[in-house]
Amino acid sequence: MLPTPSTDHVDFDRIYEPAEDSYLLLDALSSESEKAFLHERFGPSTPTPFVIEIGSGSGVVLSFIHAHSEIIFGRADILTAGVDVNIHACKATIQTVSVAEKEQDAPGLSHGFYLGNVSADLGTALNPGNVDVLVFNPPYVPTPDLPTLLQDGNLSSFDADSHLLSLSYAGGEDGMQVTNRLLDSLPELLSPDRGCAYILLCAQNKPEEVKDKIRKWGEAWKAETVSKSGKVGGWEKLQIVRIWRELPPSAIQ
Amino acid sequence: MKVLTLNFLTCAVKACKSSSASFPLHPKDCELVSDTIKPDPRLIHNILPRVDWSALSTTALELGFPALPEQPPTKEQLEEDEKMMGELHTLLLETQISEGKLVCGNCGHEYAVKEGIANFLLPNHLV
Repeated sequence: MLPTPSTDHVDFDRIYEPAEDSYLLLDALSSESEKAFLHERFGPSTPTPFVIEIGSGSGVVLSFIHAHSEIIFGRADILTAGVDVNIHACKATIQTVSVAEKEQDAPGLSHGFYLGNVSADLGTALNPGNVDVLVFNPPYVPTPDLPTLLQDGNLSSFDADSHLLSLSYAGGEDGMQVTNRLLDSLPELLSPDRGCAYILLCAQNKPEEVKDKIRKWGEAWKAETVSKSGKVGGWEKLQIVRIWRELPPSAIQ
Repeated sequence: MKVLTLNFLTCAVKACKSSSASFPLHPKDCELVSDTIKPDPRLIHNILPRVDWSALSTTALELGFPALPEQPPTKEQLEEDEKMMGELHTLLLETQISEGKLVCGNCGHEYAVKEGIANFLLPNHLV
């Protein structure tokens, strides 16, 4: 079991606190099947993979990937970056990455190369065709409405904090309104030769329909569940879906 | 944010996506800080194929760095040219933008960078 990055320094009144969903993502990324997939796709003779987490929150997932890149990818040299609509989450992620790096440095272990965090709406600030691995634990809870991205400056600090937290879980209709926007942008964001994505879904997001929709993008597009939470009967049944393009054998190095 | 980040960012305004002028964003009034990173030639070798070299050249010039060669150096060239390796090390690995603005060459929108974090959230009328 790889150590989970510390998030003791994070203010959870305004930033999403790591929970079952976060840990499911960590487990998935460090599972044997995904390590095998990533080792093969991003072999040591290929250029440095660019890994981005959308909605980095406390930074726990990004820092995990960043710190354990040698184990997850079979190479230390990965470029990492985070995006979050919440500026406090951006600051927290920077700190969490820094703490995780120091944990690796102390015993002389490796880690990736962190570019930084930007405050942005999903992938809108990213130049297309560059992302090799996109990780997204979305706001997946079905809610009647979606909170606005920019908050009212007149809110009390308690309300402002609630608003920020609601951005981390509120997913609107079927809990999919934000996720669908991100999915629609994936074909453009991902690098054409080896881009892939890991998206977390809950049962109410209708994961089978989501996977079918992705497969309809084109013959090369694949979507498979690579990890599931063990909860039975709990309404929050979670799963991680890996999305990727299967390249013709001639294209793979 | 590391200077290299500019190689991956573009203007968030939808209308600018179809314009090549929206990438790279242009740094304005930027304060730079330098981290001390130990030399890592292998990282530089592996990053170079990922880099949009012409965009990087533009960024380097705009930030006051020495001009980059027309073509990215090959592995062999880098092994021989310590000065170039040192310059790339500084530019790609060590330099961060801590404060300033990133300007879109197409629409002129300025994105603020504060404490190393660029803010790409748009006012409603630009979304």
